Amino acid sequence: MTALLFELLDVEKSYELRGGGAAFRPGPKRRLRALDGVRLTVARGDSVALVGESGSGKSTLLRVLMGLTSPTDGRALYGGQDVTQLKGERRAAFQREVAMVYQDARGSLNPRLPVLDLIAEPIRHHKLRAGPAVRDRVLELLDQVGLPAATLKRYPSQLSGGQVRRVAIARALASEPLTIVADEAVSGLDVSTQAQLLNLLVELQRRMGLTLIFITHDLGVASFLCDQIAVMYLGRIVETGPTRAILERPAHPYTQALLNAQPRFFAPIAQPLQGEIPSPIDLPPGCRFAGRCPRAVPACREDDPALMPSGQGRAVACIRPLTAAA
Amino acid sequence: MSETLLVDKIARRPAWWAGLGSYIRHRPFFILALLVTLAFLAIALLGTAVTPFDPTFQDMEAPMSPPSSTHWLGTDSYGQDLLSRAMAGARYAFLTGICSVLLGALGGLAVGLMAGLAGGRTEWFLMRIVDAILALPSLVMAIAFIAILGQGVDKVILAVGLALIGPFARTVRADVLQVRALPFVEAAGLMGIGKLAIVRRHILPNVFFPLVVQATIRISEAILVSSSLSFIGIGIVPPTPDWGLMIAEGRGFVSFAPWMSGVPGAALAILLIALAIVGDGIREQMDPKQRAGH
Amino acid sequence: MSLQMSSSAVQATSRPLVELEDFSLWRQNRSVLDGLSFTLPKGQNLALVGESGAGKSTIGLALMGLLQSQGVKMAGRARFDGQDLVSLNARAWNGLRGRRLGMIFQDAGAALDPCFTIGHHLAFPLRRLLGLSSRQATERALALLESVGINDAKARLKAYPHELSGGMQQRVMIGIALACEPDLLIADEPTSALDVTIQAQIVRLIQDRVRMQGASCIFVLHDLALASQACERIVVLYAGQVMEAGLAEVVLGRSRHPYTQALKSCVIELDTAALEPPPGAAPSLDRMPSGCRFAPRCPRASERCTAEKPPLQGTEAHQIACWHPG
Repeated sequence: MTALLFELLDVEKSYELRGGGAAFRPGPKRRLRALDGVRLTVARGDSVALVGESGSGKSTLLRVLMGLTSPTDGRALYGGQDVTQLKGERRAAFQREVAMVYQDARGSLNPRLPVLDLIAEPIRHHKLRAGPAVRDRVLELLDQVGLPAATLKRYPSQLSGGQVRRVAIARALASEPLTIVADEAVSGLDVSTQAQLLNLLVELQRRMGLTLIFITHDLGVASFLCDQIAVMYLGRIVETGPTRAILERPAHPYTQALLNAQPRFFAPIAQPLQGEIPSPIDLPPGCRFAGRCPRAVPACREDDPALMPSGQGRAVACIRPLTAAA
Repeated sequence: MSETLLVDKIARRPAWWAGLGSYIRHRPFFILALLVTLAFLAIALLGTAVTPFDPTFQDMEAPMSPPSSTHWLGTDSYGQDLLSRAMAGARYAFLTGICSVLLGALGGLAVGLMAGLAGGRTEWFLMRIVDAILALPSLVMAIAFIAILGQGVDKVILAVGLALIGPFARTVRADVLQVRALPFVEAAGLMGIGKLAIVRRHILPNVFFPLVVQATIRISEAILVSSSLSFIGIGIVPPTPDWGLMIAEGRGFVSFAPWMSGVPGAALAILLIALAIVGDGIREQMDPKQRAGH
Repeated sequence: MSLQMSSSAVQATSRPLVELEDFSLWRQNRSVLDGLSFTLPKGQNLALVGESGAGKSTIGLALMGLLQSQGVKMAGRARFDGQDLVSLNARAWNGLRGRRLGMIFQDAGAALDPCFTIGHHLAFPLRRLLGLSSRQATERALALLESVGINDAKARLKAYPHELSGGMQQRVMIGIALACEPDLLIADEPTSALDVTIQAQIVRLIQDRVRMQGASCIFVLHDLALASQACERIVVLYAGQVMEAGLAEVVLGRSRHPYTQALKSCVIELDTAALEPPPGAAPSLDRMPSGCRFAPRCPRASERCTAEKPPLQGTEAHQIACWHPG
């Protein structure tokens, strides 16, 4: 059996909101469910893509996973222990074994420190090297992410967007982690830079046997990088399983819609999905996707479908899944 | 694989002296203001070595004489040379200005850091005190402190410095809150780096540089407040050549000996304007985001 | 180069809507656009593609006359419906902008003034440019909102920009740009700030509206697949020069320029197994390589490429600037 690294057990994260009332008068209390009943397991060596549009809760899920926020309900485990309760040695191990690459790579690097100090910080902190060996290790890491040694003395503001992401990746690798958690690490870049970074990530993952948890809104990126995929919609995982199988035969209508929205050379622009993601505040009963779903039936608006296994490592939260019909 | 082209470009940036020429052409006012400030500073440092007369020497032959070949900028009612006194006054202006700003900045840094990092009730309490201090203009605050401390150069520095803690604390706290919310602070926390190390390595440097900029801008305010104290007669005591004091002394004779107030007044005004321009220039240079553009 | 162009574009029967001939542009004495030539026949859509810094958006701004007062110098010819834009004075620009030229920006939220209602935004150009009364303008505004697919248009007229989602804001922007039925719409990355499912909606909307009004659209895009879906003509830009231009099915279907081929190899489709991005990054404005600007990154570069700039050659259906077309 492969060792489970991360387990999310029916995680719920909701926020209480006040507002919407008239000026100076608080409105009624409302609940924003950022995550609702999320189950996810990540085993050692897995590469999992969390895919969804903005407001789908993927960033909240990441924060729960990393122990940055504690869930309102349910548990987030790392190696069988609650992430927010990790103490002493276990906590130190978690901090070393799991490294994060932020979406805002530039913001995640202290602008007052040169690249050498930025990458050396985790090495020194975790006491992985000492003395002059630290510098050698930083050079080695820079080489791994394809940056020249001259980058050592630069400050983040002197680097291009692609270079900053490379430095962020080098810094994540510096603690010699088992897992890299990346939040939209390649979005907002030129295609050639994005392709260079994706190649780098795949190569690193293969060579070091890293576990990868990758958040993206792009199914193409997900398919290129990850073996497993979890599609999220409005705080729920609606479909999960092996990437190839899901992209070839999606079961959830939302996954299908995402696939259709993917631009394809010379194909006519697909019939887009109706409407937009509704607000996650005070959701109506029933399936969250029912309002936009082309296959919705009245029953969809009554029962909230749970994520049910559908064989071959796949699971889908839909009462009228596509593959069942086929 | 690597983006060598861009790195190359950075590596071969022109040497600093090559950039200086274009800098002077692009920012003539900054350079002028910097030269004026440096001249004032040099005079302040050299003191009586460069003044044409002893600033407290009383030429009984020529009291209140208008600008002449012996007394270039005239004399005051005691026959003291105004040029020498204005030059000597620069020393007191810088002394009170710099020392009180240092005091205020350090105090403000301590209070602001504490408030910004502690949060909760401590922050609320500290910031309400700062609000109360800020409710009064710094001059009024300084007068209140003088009333308690008494007169003299050291007391003026202390009073103005204390009065400046409020504004400094406010900006430091705002910076701390802003920096604390940045991803690199969270990233350091995730890495397991201790709270103190995060404050020292990640928060302090990002708060300290804006504070230095603040301080250079506030020096002019401190000089103005201390001169005002002397002007209303509760700051530095005569016969010390202080600009505020000199302006006050000349006040009664403005109609027939305008140079008596005019000379120290002009010295004060020129220095304050120059300091303001220099402060602005430094602020632009210190901002890492703006620097990246050049 | 201009000779070849004019000989191939002699069909005087229908003169092109937009015609650039050896068009160059300098900003603060740095060459931003260098010798561009391309044509856009009436009723067609054109996509400007390339990496950031290639000058795509600059072309859009220049065609809108928005670069006049910023230390910008222009040379060559840029004609809009036979009228030369390079020598146009401010007054003549005001007659074109809004009435015959419309623009959509990437960030609709920033392009809309938060102090004014949607209704005001839509009615303003109608009153100002078409001289409609305020009642007429409001009626037209309502019709416009409905035409861009906004439900409950009457209520939306009174809404402020921040009360709408990003997709809705972009729809409003399209409505504003099309308010006076312009002949040419310039859409600068209209979808890159939006979710994938909304992207398809917006591109289709622009396509439909433009076709319905018999207008043309110049898209600034970074997604090649989307460009092939939305436009009949493609112009591939690199470092301010046209690398390859012509009909979409030729330029993207049977591309011969190594840069277009490189860009295409960076596009991730769902079955992409390997990405082959070109090495390095695009040159900065103050360090343009001599000869072909792509040569330092080009796998086919020879000595001639670094010494001599290849001219843009070919027919209107396919132009290419390369010494070694593949």
